[in-house]
Amino acid sequence: KTDWALGGCGGHKSPVLCIGEEQPKNCFTELQVLKGHFDIVRFLVQIDDFRCASAGDDGLVLVWNVETGERLQELRGHSQQITAITTFTCSNGLMSHTSLITASSDRICMVFISCAHRVACLSLSLSLSQCLLVLERLCVWFSGGEELCVWDRDFQLQCHRQNHSDTGITALIELPKNCIAAAMDKEIMIYRLTVSTDSTLSVAEMRCLSDHQDQIRALINVNDGLFASGSHAGELIIWDAIDWNILAYEHILWEESQTCAQAEIRLAAPKPSEMSIQHLTTNGKLILAAVGSGLYVYSILTKTVVAYRKVAHDSNVLHTMLLSDSELMSCSEDGSVRMWEIQELPLTAEPASPGFFGMWTFGRPNKQTGPPTKKVVDVPNIRTLELTGDLIGHSGAVQMFASFKENGLVTCSTDHLLILWKNGARQSCLRSLALFQKLEENGGL
Amino acid sequence: MIGSPDVVAFTKEDEFGQNNPDPWSIPEEFSIPLHPLADSNPWAKTSYAKFTKDFILISEFSEQVGPQPLLTIPDDPKVCGTFDLNYFSLRIMSVDYQASFVGHPPGSGYPRLSFVEDSRVVLGDSKEGAFAYIHHLTLYDLEARGFVRPFCMAYVSADERKIMLQFQELSLRFSQASECLKAGNRRAFAKELQRKLQDLEYTHSVLQREEGLQREAGPQCMYSAHAVEKANELANVEKSIYEHRDLLRQISCYHCRPRRDPHAVTCQKCMTQCLSECEALLDKYAKLANPFSYTDKGRKREDVQSPTDDGGGGKGAEEDEDEGIKRRSSYTPQLIKARSAKCFDKRLKTLQELCDEPFYEATMELLKETERSFRGDLCYLHTRRMDKALRRRQRITNFLFEEDLGDEDEDEGGMLRPFCAVNHDLDNYTILNPPPIVLGPEPVELDPLEPPDPLDPASETSHTQESELVLEEGNLDSSPSDQTLETQESSEETKGSFSSDKSGTGLAEKQQSLASVRSELPDPDSDLTPDADHNTDLERESSSEDMDITAGEDEGDNGGDQTPVSLLEVVSELEASMEDNCERRSGIESDLLVPIDTACCMAQEGFLYEASAPEAASHLDQSSHHQSSQTLVVNQEPQSLLPLQNDYAVGSLCSESPAAGLELPVGLLGDAVSRTTAEDGSDYTMSASTGSDRAASPLGYGGVVTLRQRKRAGHVALRFVRQYPFAIQALWCLLSGRTLVVLGADEGRVRRLVAALALFVPGPGKCGERVQAWLSCPFTLTDLKRWKLIGLQRVASPVGSSMLYSLSRYSRYISILDADQKTLRCPPYRGQLLANIADHRTYIRRGSTYFLHVQSTLCRLAAKAFLFTFTHHLHLPVSSTEGPEVVEGRRRCFLQEQLGLGEEDSQILLYLSQLVTQQYLQPPAGNSAVAPCFSFNYTTSVLYKI
Repeated sequence: KTDWALGGCGGHKSPVLCIGEEQPKNCFTELQVLKGHFDIVRFLVQIDDFRCASAGDDGLVLVWNVETGERLQELRGHSQQITAITTFTCSNGLMSHTSLITASSDRICMVFISCAHRVACLSLSLSLSQCLLVLERLCVWFSGGEELCVWDRDFQLQCHRQNHSDTGITALIELPKNCIAAAMDKEIMIYRLTVSTDSTLSVAEMRCLSDHQDQIRALINVNDGLFASGSHAGELIIWDAIDWNILAYEHILWEESQTCAQAEIRLAAPKPSEMSIQHLTTNGKLILAAVGSGLYVYSILTKTVVAYRKVAHDSNVLHTMLLSDSELMSCSEDGSVRMWEIQELPLTAEPASPGFFGMWTFGRPNKQTGPPTKKVVDVPNIRTLELTGDLIGHSGAVQMFASFKENGLVTCSTDHLLILWKNGARQSCLRSLALFQKLEENGGL
Repeated sequence: MIGSPDVVAFTKEDEFGQNNPDPWSIPEEFSIPLHPLADSNPWAKTSYAKFTKDFILISEFSEQVGPQPLLTIPDDPKVCGTFDLNYFSLRIMSVDYQASFVGHPPGSGYPRLSFVEDSRVVLGDSKEGAFAYIHHLTLYDLEARGFVRPFCMAYVSADERKIMLQFQELSLRFSQASECLKAGNRRAFAKELQRKLQDLEYTHSVLQREEGLQREAGPQCMYSAHAVEKANELANVEKSIYEHRDLLRQISCYHCRPRRDPHAVTCQKCMTQCLSECEALLDKYAKLANPFSYTDKGRKREDVQSPTDDGGGGKGAEEDEDEGIKRRSSYTPQLIKARSAKCFDKRLKTLQELCDEPFYEATMELLKETERSFRGDLCYLHTRRMDKALRRRQRITNFLFEEDLGDEDEDEGGMLRPFCAVNHDLDNYTILNPPPIVLGPEPVELDPLEPPDPLDPASETSHTQESELVLEEGNLDSSPSDQTLETQESSEETKGSFSSDKSGTGLAEKQQSLASVRSELPDPDSDLTPDADHNTDLERESSSEDMDITAGEDEGDNGGDQTPVSLLEVVSELEASMEDNCERRSGIESDLLVPIDTACCMAQEGFLYEASAPEAASHLDQSSHHQSSQTLVVNQEPQSLLPLQNDYAVGSLCSESPAAGLELPVGLLGDAVSRTTAEDGSDYTMSASTGSDRAASPLGYGGVVTLRQRKRAGHVALRFVRQYPFAIQALWCLLSGRTLVVLGADEGRVRRLVAALALFVPGPGKCGERVQAWLSCPFTLTDLKRWKLIGLQRVASPVGSSMLYSLSRYSRYISILDADQKTLRCPPYRGQLLANIADHRTYIRRGSTYFLHVQSTLCRLAAKAFLFTFTHHLHLPVSSTEGPEVVEGRRRCFLQEQLGLGEEDSQILLYLSQLVTQQYLQPPAGNSAVAPCFSFNYTTSVLYKI
């Protein structure tokens, strides 16, 4: 007998759908392993069409050429793990240059202008920053953490404001009318940035939105008029970006009643982490929520969940992306990246996931319309998330990925590696092109 | 691999020699000349030879004892069997046309060095069954008659045709060796000359001093018999100095002469270096033209000038720079007695002494290499040459399945690479710091006795040209067939049947015998070395000379240190550096080249071979064993079954001969032989030992995987193919670039299997970098990218479970061959391309045959991959309107319809093509910043069971 399991997922007892090895829709048939980090790589940020920067717990920022897999630059400076990284494109007239702003646990923000030279070393006066936000139209940037700081284009601190929460600011987004929203624990604080006549900046608190029952994990802009937030308890709230009102409230909740066997094993109440909204992405029409190890696609138009998969990964989903209206991608602590397609539910097929979710729709938070109705089973237009491919390569949790369209996909992981996934057919074609070019240069063989 | 039977069979007899250009026929240079072999039993002629294999013989025409053999290569008495080397030496030296001419040319007062080009002769002795290519050359020896010693190097073979057909290459290689030897000889000669000059100058100074003393003693002594004798002696020494200086000039301008010999290619760098050194040397001697630097006048000048000299001036600086070099080989000038040596009194220098050590070693290496490369019969040589020529043309795809072509192959095939005996890295150093030559103080400008001008260059060159033998190039360029005809006509006479040179004995100019010159030279063996007593005697004579004496002594020491002349010191440096390498060899040769006592010079003939050869042979035997096992020479002559052959034929080689397919007597031993050879090689992990041979893996990061190991692996591969019905799937995995993991608990078995399957890994790397023979820890994605074939230890422990986890995790990238349970998990393969190399009902029974069969198939695959890769329209759109799907369709059409490959077979070609592309695009420097790509595809695997 064989003592080892064959097959991609045969060894696991989880009910995760197993696609197997036949993946005709998966075009990533070539990979390059990019080495350089010495610790967990947590962040990937796209600089332009072919460059990307990675940052991790080793305090290193590495700039990669995605087309060739070459390491272009190695930016050192931080002594501790990097907590946030973002790009800052500042254009003055014709020239525009991209800087990288990093925040680290060593309480220093650094700016790498042109991604090459460290020019500014900014002490944040003992405040730990966890997130960064750039307002490029104003050429200012914010760092949020224990306090909210505003910096100008010359990287001078303009103003800062203490906040009262213990956890500090965990997320920052830009809102219309020079407003920004900051997520602090269970609240969303709206600040307004005012530029006075002598061009000094000041920040004023406008409103505190405290509708979430639990800690806010994700805060995103949906489009010009909406933003969304997700909490640890699985609440997804769509907000109006102008007047900061709740437009929709969804509470994603698992009901384990159907699966008795599992219910016996598990506790009656689902663990909070299983319904925690880890990550939110949107393309303006759909919101993709990573809930525990599951995925939910929420339509802005219909204000309903159009597709979901309760267990999309073996472990928590860490990052997601909507590639198009029907394709999406997710990565997880289980070390895999999965590609999904939103498909019409086949008539004969049953829902692959035994889970349910309850959905409450609110016009207004104070207008509760009766008991929640379970709409899942009998919603006719619900579609299914079908796994179209998975990328297995990392031996640790995949922290993040960045897509470069046809140039490929970069994933970073706790195993200190980055993997560059590429379309093998396209790469082969490119190599052939290079071959015949070289052939021509050499004048024949 | 080209030499495998499949390919050879394509050469049709009809096509050979026809002129109509058939586009599908093999170029003529790659076809085998079937005609010469077809007419008669190819071994008939060699049957009565008294030696069993070809060898190289170096003989000398000694002026004392006549022709005598010096050494053979390989240096083993068994090599020539009962063959009479002395007699054969007589034969081959007797055809030497070049009488060593001697003495003074008319119109010049000095003895001349004869510049003689080498000559090449083929000689046959049908009675002995021996045929030889003979390369005559002359070396310079200051003590020899006419300063020349005639030598010859002969390649002796029982096969006349072999020599005839290989004439060009033999000539090339022997020319190379000869040039090397002569270059070393010139250095040694110059060194000898300079020592002699030093001796002479010292003697001269001593004589002058004595004369001066006599003069001071009073006029009454001036005309005494003693004084006259002294004066004569002085005059003789002076004459001798001029003569030697002229000789030095002659040897220095050796390089300036136009060479008539087209084969005389020398390393340009060496040449220029030698030239510059010689010029520097000549300059020195021109400056030192005053041989009377030890005179009172000179010394007095020295008294005045020495402080300033010491203070500054380039000379002092130079001395400091090269002090270390000088000190190492100091030479104390010796007083030369005026008595001449008798011709038969002296001991002639051995060949080794005639040539500078590094050059001698290099020559011997060249000759050994020549001997190795000509092993085997004509058919084998031809096949191998074709093989190499073809492979050279396929450089782009060679990396896929071919073993690495050694560097020594580069210079084959007509173009002679200038051979450089000395490593030029070291030489560069010496070029930068030329050691100055200081023989004494430099009172040049005050020198009253300017030596007479050397001969004007015009007469010198004309003389050179005169004395040169005119080489008729037509002979050299004549085609092998002509040569064959020519020899066949005259072979019955067993006389020298073929000569590339016109015999030019008539050109030798009789010159005045050098004996007279030598009689005037002081005896080098004189023990009249300068000693303290002598100096103190002088000291007492005149107190004013105190300073002089000490200065003179200093000079004696320093000068001695400095004497070692640049171009020789260079070599002594090199010698030191090469000491380690040459130690063993020189030890052997010192055995061989025992200094010969003058008394027993008549006994020399037997001496060299009977006394010292066996001992040396045992050394050389090992080394030749070692070397032949590396170079994989098949020496499969009909006599190969004679017992004494075994020392040369490495045991297992019999199974590797291309003739193995023929029913040669070797075949009688059949599989048993090949099995034992495959199994009992202790250096090889195919041995049955289990678990203990970890360190001895030929694969992995050990060393270069040799052809021999690969051939042995062929045996295991054959067994694998016959044993496992799913072998074809395993081979397909390897060839299509899917990493194959061989899982097993038994290390020896896994390693054996891995070594066998490594034959099918495309582009395994020079040292098998793409193969990991034994891995006992979980692998990662990086490992998968790096290795295409992995032997994995199956363990039942926590480590094992994590290993199994990695196996299942990466199962989409790998195929798993379970050696214990005999299962294979891989994507299904239904193609036909590999059916002929993975047929478990194959009739091939021998590993080497199977290896050649596989090589032949893989060669075809590589050719297809080449075609596919470099066909433009299969990869790129022809016009801008074409989309990628059109190209894709065209590619598929090409693969399926023109090459007849199915889906899975196409994957092989696509993978090979990808490798070829990557290899071609690879920057020569090897950009390490870019990680290599790892390609795969998503297909379902199935489990095959036995």
